[in-house]
Amino acid sequence: MSSVQKHLKGIHVDHCKNTSGCPVTPITLPEKVYIPMSQHIGAPCQPTVAVGDHVKVGQIIGDNTAPVCAPIHASVSGEVTAIEQKMTAQGRVDTVIVITADGKQEAAETVVPPTVTNKEEFLSAVRASGAVGLGGAGFPTHIKFNPKNPEEVDTLIVNGAECEPYITVDHQTMVAHAQDIADGMKHIMHFLNLKKGIIGIETNKPDAIAKFKELFADSPELEVNELQQQYPQGAERVLCYESTGRHLIAGKLPADVGVIISNVSTVLKIEQFLKTGMPLVTKSITVDGNVIKNPQNVEAPIGTPLTDIIEFCGGYTGEPKKIILGGPMMGRAIPNDDVCVVKGTSAILAFDEAFAQINPETACINCGRCVKACPMNLVPTAIYKAYINKDLDALNKYHAMTCMSCGCCTYVCPARKQLSFINGNLVKGFVNSQGGKK
Amino acid sequence: MNKQNLIVSSAPHVVSPVNTSRIMLDVIIALVPAMAMAAYVFGIRALLLTAVCVVACVFFEYATERILKRPVTITDLSAVVTGVILSLNLPATLPLWMAVIGCFVAIVLVKQLFGGLGQNFANPAITARIALFIGFATAMTTWPLPAAQQTADAVTGATPLALFAKGLEVPSNAEMFFGTIGGSMGEVSALALLIGGVYLVFKKVIEPTIPVCFIATVAVMAILTGNDPIFHVCAGGVMLGSIFMATDYVTSPITRKGKVIFGIGCGLLTMIIRLYASYPEGVSFAILLMNIMTPHIDSLTVPALNGVPKEKKAKGGDK
Repeated sequence: MSSVQKHLKGIHVDHCKNTSGCPVTPITLPEKVYIPMSQHIGAPCQPTVAVGDHVKVGQIIGDNTAPVCAPIHASVSGEVTAIEQKMTAQGRVDTVIVITADGKQEAAETVVPPTVTNKEEFLSAVRASGAVGLGGAGFPTHIKFNPKNPEEVDTLIVNGAECEPYITVDHQTMVAHAQDIADGMKHIMHFLNLKKGIIGIETNKPDAIAKFKELFADSPELEVNELQQQYPQGAERVLCYESTGRHLIAGKLPADVGVIISNVSTVLKIEQFLKTGMPLVTKSITVDGNVIKNPQNVEAPIGTPLTDIIEFCGGYTGEPKKIILGGPMMGRAIPNDDVCVVKGTSAILAFDEAFAQINPETACINCGRCVKACPMNLVPTAIYKAYINKDLDALNKYHAMTCMSCGCCTYVCPARKQLSFINGNLVKGFVNSQGGKK
Repeated sequence: MNKQNLIVSSAPHVVSPVNTSRIMLDVIIALVPAMAMAAYVFGIRALLLTAVCVVACVFFEYATERILKRPVTITDLSAVVTGVILSLNLPATLPLWMAVIGCFVAIVLVKQLFGGLGQNFANPAITARIALFIGFATAMTTWPLPAAQQTADAVTGATPLALFAKGLEVPSNAEMFFGTIGGSMGEVSALALLIGGVYLVFKKVIEPTIPVCFIATVAVMAILTGNDPIFHVCAGGVMLGSIFMATDYVTSPITRKGKVIFGIGCGLLTMIIRLYASYPEGVSFAILLMNIMTPHIDSLTVPALNGVPKEKKAKGGDK
């Protein structure tokens, strides 16, 4: 039976972790920051400041009373000089608060460690910290921490897999802040009444694994899960199975199988908020790619223009033709570099023309490489063909809605078909437009 | 200054270096030992036949694509592979014009008229071999003897399977394995084909599932019917067919379970034809029949989702 297998399938991609030895360096303070009001899944924030207001670091500048929403804070101190519509890193036009920095970086009066004694206070502290899923999904963390079935949830899984090529920022964060991350795990487990805490780290980060093993030595409830080096170990469903043996079937939430999954950076930000009261106002980012002069890991205020960060890294050495926000497997290519860092930005990768070439598609030869690669045990080429034929029955038969767009099939396809894009995005749109038989 | 007009495409932004041409090149490399062995056993005429088949296949592919106003895809090397494999299915002495007709059947009728690469439901080389076999029965069954065994008045002879069908004495297993026997160019040396097969598995071009199931089924059937399994595995097209033609991606199942069914089916049909039908050899018919079943096998072996038991899955489909 194919369902009785020790590991889920996946692929081996060149790691290209060129920046793995680079500690996170704070960048020079930008002159202006552009902070979008929608940096998470859920209701966008409404600006709570007006043009001309003076703001301090950590002060709330956008919020919304809708249940699924996380507040947004000023990342620099200075004056609000505009509230305008601008293209954001997510690829949509959004309300953006422009703050011109005064260079003082004064912390707001509200930045004091919160009093947290019970679950309610903990959840409101998590909300106040502005934490969202920093792995890229951007789901507000306080919602994730408050499942409908708290009594059935027993395990916290912290995602330190960092399976995307190039990105090393979580690795550096784990090495530098292992103690805080471990404390954060303990706090989350304590307040949410979770029995077990697992941090999943790929074995290409032995120093991080060693650090956590040492820290967890006298905490039997905490455990390091050494993940084999394979993409996509950091995908929620894969990590859940590899850590607990529980299958996260499409359409289910982690809480449905008794787990809460959080990125290491998210856990760290929550712990730092509990300790200092400073919310999520900066983001650590890997800057790499073959046209970046000095690839490195940087810490930038939320809203910093990409150009400021690239300038800090020595600028471009050649003409960039493709800039990716996030990793090369699931990241988003942007049409121009006139965008700013948001909470979900984990990497900025800039590449030259040779890298950016789009390979022409050829005919599917039915080689089955996509089938061997798919972590979800799908037949990607059959879904692709069913979509081309607009065959809803075949799409259902081949479980098309289970695709999580991890990109493994596209990576291995010798015919260069955009399988993952079609199966993950277009198919879902089509099935939903047809009444969405699931 | 902001950088404008960057190239935007969907993720992932990196791809594996293996593309279709690279796969076809690996298959050609894997066929080199068999071609070398054919040249050694049958002389330079074998290489001439291969060259003619390759040129004809590439020409037919180019011409059809031009006539049908399709993009010309001869650089993907798939026509070269078809040419080489078809030539290995022929007697080395076959008149060249007959071989060209075979290439026409393979490329134009079986492949391009069904939509080109990836669209054909039957393996082009197998179908062309069968067409030639039926159309030119005498020429296709006049098997040259290995150059070393030829005498003044005996240049052709029966294949081991023909001898077997007539109940005559067959060559030793060692002769069969190393290939100093009569037969089509690619049938002679099991060893040379095996080397190619190991290369393909090593380069991850093919999975060993189909060849292993195919060969094992032939061996088991031979044992069950009281025949010599090694003879049946090394004789005729089992090696060539199982390693290079039954594993043709386009015409074999895509799922692991499907590959097992396909391999066993090929083995069963081969042995049934060999032992009970009027033809001495059944590999090409077996593969062709299983090619036709492939879409159905694939449709019946859709892999179950992770963590979803079978019965639950069936229910899920009705939702």
